[in-house]
Amino acid sequence: MKCNPDTMASLKRGQKAVISAVDAADPLVQRLMTLGLVEGALIERGCAAIGGDPVEYRLFGSGISLRKEQARSFSVADISVA
Amino acid sequence: MTSSRQTEVRISASNIPVAGKVDATFAVVGTPNCGKSTLFNRLTGLKQRIGNYPGVTVERHVGIFKHAGQSFELVDLPGTHGLSAHSLEERIAVDVIFGRMSGTRSPDGVIAVVDATNLYQGLFLLQQLAELELPMVVALTMADAADEAGISIDTEELSKALGGVTICTVVATSGQGLGKLRDAIADLPAAAAPHIGTVWPELHRAAEVLAARAPQPIRIAEVSRLLIDGAIDAKDPVLAQLGEDSSEALRKARDELFGIEPPLAHEARVRYQWVRDKLQAVQKQAPRFANWRSRITGFFNQPVPGTIGLFVVMAIVFQAVFAWATPVMDLIDAATVALGSLVTSQMGEGALASLISDGIIAGVGSVLIFLPQIMILFLFIILLEDSGYLARAAYLLDRAMRMVGLSGQSIIPMISSFACAVPGIMATRVIPNRRDRIATILAAPFMTCSARLPIYALLIAAFVPAQKVGFMNLQGLVMFGLYMFGIIAGVLTALLMRKTALRGPKPSFALMLPEFRRPNLQTVAIQLLGRVRVFLYRAGTVIFAVAVIVWLLAYYPRLDVDSAVVTEQQLAGQTLTVENVAAARQLEQSWLGRMGRFVEPVFEPLGWDWRVSSAVIAGFPAREVVVAVLGTVYAVGDDADDATLSGRLKAAKRDDGTPVFTFPMVVGLLIFYACCLQCAATIAVIRRETNSWRWPIFAWVYMTGIGYFGALLCYQLL
Repeated sequence: MKCNPDTMASLKRGQKAVISAVDAADPLVQRLMTLGLVEGALIERGCAAIGGDPVEYRLFGSGISLRKEQARSFSVADISVA
Repeated sequence: MTSSRQTEVRISASNIPVAGKVDATFAVVGTPNCGKSTLFNRLTGLKQRIGNYPGVTVERHVGIFKHAGQSFELVDLPGTHGLSAHSLEERIAVDVIFGRMSGTRSPDGVIAVVDATNLYQGLFLLQQLAELELPMVVALTMADAADEAGISIDTEELSKALGGVTICTVVATSGQGLGKLRDAIADLPAAAAPHIGTVWPELHRAAEVLAARAPQPIRIAEVSRLLIDGAIDAKDPVLAQLGEDSSEALRKARDELFGIEPPLAHEARVRYQWVRDKLQAVQKQAPRFANWRSRITGFFNQPVPGTIGLFVVMAIVFQAVFAWATPVMDLIDAATVALGSLVTSQMGEGALASLISDGIIAGVGSVLIFLPQIMILFLFIILLEDSGYLARAAYLLDRAMRMVGLSGQSIIPMISSFACAVPGIMATRVIPNRRDRIATILAAPFMTCSARLPIYALLIAAFVPAQKVGFMNLQGLVMFGLYMFGIIAGVLTALLMRKTALRGPKPSFALMLPEFRRPNLQTVAIQLLGRVRVFLYRAGTVIFAVAVIVWLLAYYPRLDVDSAVVTEQQLAGQTLTVENVAAARQLEQSWLGRMGRFVEPVFEPLGWDWRVSSAVIAGFPAREVVVAVLGTVYAVGDDADDATLSGRLKAAKRDDGTPVFTFPMVVGLLIFYACCLQCAATIAVIRRETNSWRWPIFAWVYMTGIGYFGALLCYQLL
């Protein structure tokens, strides 16, 4: 698989992207997948808490917050400007 | 569950479902934060019972829904995103759905509740529920929020997608759409099971093959679940039903289905693909424009305003709990005293009168005093939770909490414990990770609770000079210092526990952040009443019992009053009333006093004499008792006026003439009180929330031990 440096963690506030690949080794990541963070899902990066972590994302009308270490497991593509 | 090898089956009475006059049992299943509880409350009204599922601390909500001459039992299950259980709550929900929960009837139908503004996650759950092939009705809540957001849902298409189930759009808070829902629920027993077709053909086929092995008929949906997330464990009840040696067949089937891909990941991918396809047909989104409400929430979602706003909210709650509760607390206090004197005046002196007024009324009164604080605190917590704000608080403070090995969700219980550890510990239910939860429960009693205030105030007023230090008063500073000491001790305890006995994976943090909603007042009131009932019942029984016991120990054996007065020579020249003298002498030779003398050697290294020791022992069920007992012991009477008691404490001398309350001794005593766990109600609630005696006993030994050694060090070193 091509190494994609862009992950959910690297998005800036207001950017939208589509999840292109998920590294599903971590059970926590699998749990997030059952919440809808799968390939093809459209997400938007919202605000972060103080210190930059955790970060809020918007997913098809609902808000979800993750820590950066989990966000790194989700590679994204089709990043649009804020 | 009994294994098939046992010939005798024993079921405890509480596990036998009550065969009431209900026509059917329905499970109410839904995603978290969709207003399911509000809907449940509207359908069942106050005709619901709250209990516990056997062996766990998860609450069980069951209610009766009556409509069209029929009566149905509704079981409100914990919110869940899908049928693969990731937490204890979700496991319970799945067990009930599959009819595996002892004490709860297997559901005859499903009432599925999802948020109309979040159909994406809702459809993930709905497709799994439809696959159960039980009669089902779907309630789409928050229809008003969906309208406002420009979302329009084609219910015909949705019904088709799910295999022909009835869809009702409702607004749970206002009741809109409920009529149609009630009719649909009443029609459930006669309704056909949905035929959703195959969302995931390969899984269905593999499940059918496996199910064919079973000697008894077994639900395909259960086998599907086993394929995805069941452990290949011979003790698994579903696997056992498949017949002998099915582990191999299961393993092979899983390899074929998933290969090296984690099953849960594959499930998520397949199911959400289906969801996205269906959403195209079912939901249309009109363009959204910002209104004033979204602008405000947008502003407070940013890190700095959000955190500042959070501190403001916490300050308001803190202040409210302390200030607003005081007038009512004073009222309750006055009523208790009045009632007590009424009893004494009517019944005169004597054991029974004393038992009722000094034992029972005083004891129960000391519990009821907490009620206003607890109600206010819980009111705020329920409002914050229902409005969606608590999730945001956990998210904002997560970073800070992580530094001590906890997660953001611990912050609210710890804040609550400043008023009283009992509701604070009850509030730890929101923490999903058991280790985090226990660490928070152990830290909570360190937070300076309101019961410690009387003792702090008394000792500080008596022994800390009221001088200025900069712009602050030294007494205020010491009080503040004691508060900080509590916080630091609690946080360090949590850290220590997480590094040793409660060591485990770092708490994960993934939270659904719900939108801000206006809480429904009826739901809030029902929840509040429920909590109050639980508090009164549990804490009341324990403290009531303890108060009676302490009364017994202080009352017996009886002293002959006259002889006490006649022999009291050393009090010549001092203006003490006869009653106070008698009371002091009575206490000295009562069981309590004798116990004080008996343990005096243990507490001598701390600088305590027998009087202080008896007061501390008497305070073990509930700290507040200490001030009253100190008053009696130092012969000032029960309702001590602080100035007099302070004076007495300062003048107190041991048998050999040296003063008792020296500076090192007082500091030690303060440290002791900051640390020791002197509250039977707290122990009772820890026992209830951790479901074992191990943790309350550990907390008691640990905290009292630290208090003891802290006081010892202070007295010996200072």
